[in-house]
Amino acid sequence: MIEIKGLHKSFGGNPVLNGVNLNIQKGETMVIIGQSGGGKSVLLKHIVGILKPDEGEVWVDGVNITNMDNNALNKVRCRFGMLFQGAALFDSLTVGENVSFALKRYTALSEKDIQEKVKEKLALVGLRDIENIKPAELSGGMKKRVGLARAIAMDPEVVFYDEPTTGVDPIMADAINNLILDLHNKLKITSIAVTHDMVSAYKIADRIAMLYQGAIIGVGTPDEIKETTNPIIHQFITGEAQGPIPH
Amino acid sequence: MNPIIDFLSYNLRRMAIPVGGVGLLFINTIKSFRPPWERENIVNQMVQVGVMSLPVVMITGLFTGMVLAAQTYYQFHKLTVETAVGLVVGLSMTRELGPVLAGLMLAGRIGAAFASEIGTMTVTEQVDALHTLATDPVKYLVVPRLIACAALVPILTIITVFIGIAGGYVVGVKMFGINGTYYLRNMSEYMCPWDIMGGLVKAFIFGIVIAIIGCYKGFNTEGGAEGVGRATTGAVVTSCILILILDFFIVFIYKGLGVG
Repeated sequence: MIEIKGLHKSFGGNPVLNGVNLNIQKGETMVIIGQSGGGKSVLLKHIVGILKPDEGEVWVDGVNITNMDNNALNKVRCRFGMLFQGAALFDSLTVGENVSFALKRYTALSEKDIQEKVKEKLALVGLRDIENIKPAELSGGMKKRVGLARAIAMDPEVVFYDEPTTGVDPIMADAINNLILDLHNKLKITSIAVTHDMVSAYKIADRIAMLYQGAIIGVGTPDEIKETTNPIIHQFITGEAQGPIPH
Repeated sequence: MNPIIDFLSYNLRRMAIPVGGVGLLFINTIKSFRPPWERENIVNQMVQVGVMSLPVVMITGLFTGMVLAAQTYYQFHKLTVETAVGLVVGLSMTRELGPVLAGLMLAGRIGAAFASEIGTMTVTEQVDALHTLATDPVKYLVVPRLIACAALVPILTIITVFIGIAGGYVVGVKMFGINGTYYLRNMSEYMCPWDIMGGLVKAFIFGIVIAIIGCYKGFNTEGGAEGVGRATTGAVVTSCILILILDFFIVFIYKGLGVG
């Protein structure tokens, strides 16, 4: 479904992505792991088309979206949803307005139907009766849930998760993992998550890919990754300070 | 290579990047002027730019007009041409002080607000979120701000000018006892409609500068709170400097067109 071919990206002369190649199949949950600041979020933003690569291509369902103009790209983006690390809720809008943001713009639904859809999506992430609250009044975990409700409001085919469990307590992190699994099972969506939280990665992933020094150095199922002989992947998943990865 | 050439080329490049960026943002904003319009956003921005700025421009106009009248009176009194105070206040307020001082005050109020709001949205990934929600940030954020500034900065300037002239009248006629009839007659006799129109055209240009610079600085914010602070300061300083430089060149453009 999504094919990343030879992606290169540098910022101020510093290479962040150094020839990333990765295929994501329809309906699977792909988790990209890697060190903090290793380019995972940058990779995600290339797939969504927020960043343009210096070299390389991103293909979605056989269509090269790398150099698409904004109008064409927006049509592709209507099939995507994204949960940001800090939720990225619009703080000038209420929770209800955040969740209904794309529905009001891209659907012909009546105001009543939009409100029902907002309630339905909030209920899916375990929230109710908070439509009129501003994001500033929500806890970190609630913000992530609202961000998730906004991401799935348009019933997307692909949902991107940028560090879905970062910044929340372990219980809330597990609740978010369950939500991701639940949404995946209920809505049959393709999911791509980037994280350095291995508990989360093992729980939600169909396949895990490791990004290291700007390239994918290994891809496999959670069991294959656990039994890897690659010393870099082994050091990362076991979280040992000693090993080939400098710290 | 010669260190002087190195220094010059480095600094020219440093200056060229933001100039190009501002130009591109302006072109993209003009390209985004098409329906569907962000009506709610436009109304919100008009309230922020227009209604909320009224006290600032009224105080600016009032005290500028009063000070100008007082200083002019003290000099003109020596030459016994006090009745020309009205003309000086009128011409200065309409041609220069009204548009420039209103522009500078609004650059501080509105430009700072635009840069900090969009800057915060940039560093908290809200601008990226707009992209993922298939919404063009330029159309959603910049177009309403540009419409509000281009439409309302001239109106705020008219208010500044009239309050300034009124303030000058109060000081000149009521405080210093200048003959009110002569004060107004001199003003109306030697001023022409272009004095007001020319000031409004300037205000329109300054409005565009304030909106585009504020939004550009906001979109290019890097880092956290410190970056937002830098962007806000940068927006105000850049807008103010541009307003002063543009004002200088507009004077000669008007002269060249035979209207100045």
